[in-house]
Amino acid sequence: MAQSRRLLLYTLPLALFILMAALLFSGIGKDPTLLKSQLVGKIVPEFQKKTLLNPNEMITNKDIHGPALINVFGTWCPACYHEHPLLIDIAQKEKVTIYGLNYNDKREDTIAYLNKLGNPYSKVIFDENGRLRIDLGVYGAPETFVIDKDNNILYRHVGVITKSSWESKIKPFLFSKNTSKSDNKSPLHKNAAEAITK
Amino acid sequence: MSKTKILMITAVFSLLVSGYVFASIDVYPFKNQQLEQRFNHLTEVLRCPKCQNNNLADSNAELAQALKDIIFEKIQAGESDAQIIAYLKQRYGDFISYQPPFNYKTLVIWVGPFLLLILGAMGIFKYASNRQTVNAKSYVETETDTEQREKLAQWAQDFEQDSNSSEDKS
Repeated sequence: MAQSRRLLLYTLPLALFILMAALLFSGIGKDPTLLKSQLVGKIVPEFQKKTLLNPNEMITNKDIHGPALINVFGTWCPACYHEHPLLIDIAQKEKVTIYGLNYNDKREDTIAYLNKLGNPYSKVIFDENGRLRIDLGVYGAPETFVIDKDNNILYRHVGVITKSSWESKIKPFLFSKNTSKSDNKSPLHKNAAEAITK
Repeated sequence: MSKTKILMITAVFSLLVSGYVFASIDVYPFKNQQLEQRFNHLTEVLRCPKCQNNNLADSNAELAQALKDIIFEKIQAGESDAQIIAYLKQRYGDFISYQPPFNYKTLVIWVGPFLLLILGAMGIFKYASNRQTVNAKSYVETETDTEQREKLAQWAQDFEQDSNSSEDKS
């Protein structure tokens, strides 16, 4: 009795160490500043803004048609320049609709930016006072929202889209969930079937 | 240093200081002081989502500035603190508030410290009471104890006699 108790006492620090190490190890590579979007699972919020290219043309949430990406950018954002070529690739080669949300910018600056670097956006929402990006819970640029055919927000990507994050994180949302709703449920069905066979 | 030099330096410094104070007060023109106090309180208890260890009041980030503008507008429009916090939480989540809500996700941080305190107190209590009973049980008067007790009594007696005799001498 006393011996097993002593054994427990001796192995306790080791067990604690292993637990701690596992906990800390799981944190490696995670970005602690990454925030979860409150809008995932919700529909694109209502808005009414002018378009970038035509100050007389209004754009509202009803003019947004998923499945698509909404890319939040600004000409004052260095990372956006970095992301831009990939957005053009996604729009042209993968035939994905991308809406731009340009905030806190001057109209002529953004037009010059798109003329110089190319325009991957089917429409650019001109959010001059930056209020729409607050409605979207945006806390920096670039950010990219994936929406399905009913304009539900499926995913929010914070920071630059890279080739690997496009393939592994964004593309799966865009090409599976919005095509049909049964696709969405298939993993559940599988689990149910497994449970029954067991 | 001449008197005029000191005077000039003081004048320059006072100008610098007064400019700074003026700038920090005159940003938001509130209708009354009560509204301003509410604004100051809200921007202190709300966190900037961009620069994560600053509250809104301390942050110079563009986003913090924009959120402060919104809070100002909403206070002026007569919205309550709860309404304003709800508005921000809807967009930025519980993260925006320095006061975490009480739910199953935050149970550990609310209850954990008290649980640890109770566990620690229980542990100490058990350890202490255990030690007392062990001491009481294991204490058996031995021959050495009796011997030492007698010796001590003898010493005390000797000491008393000694001191008595020395008093007599003086």
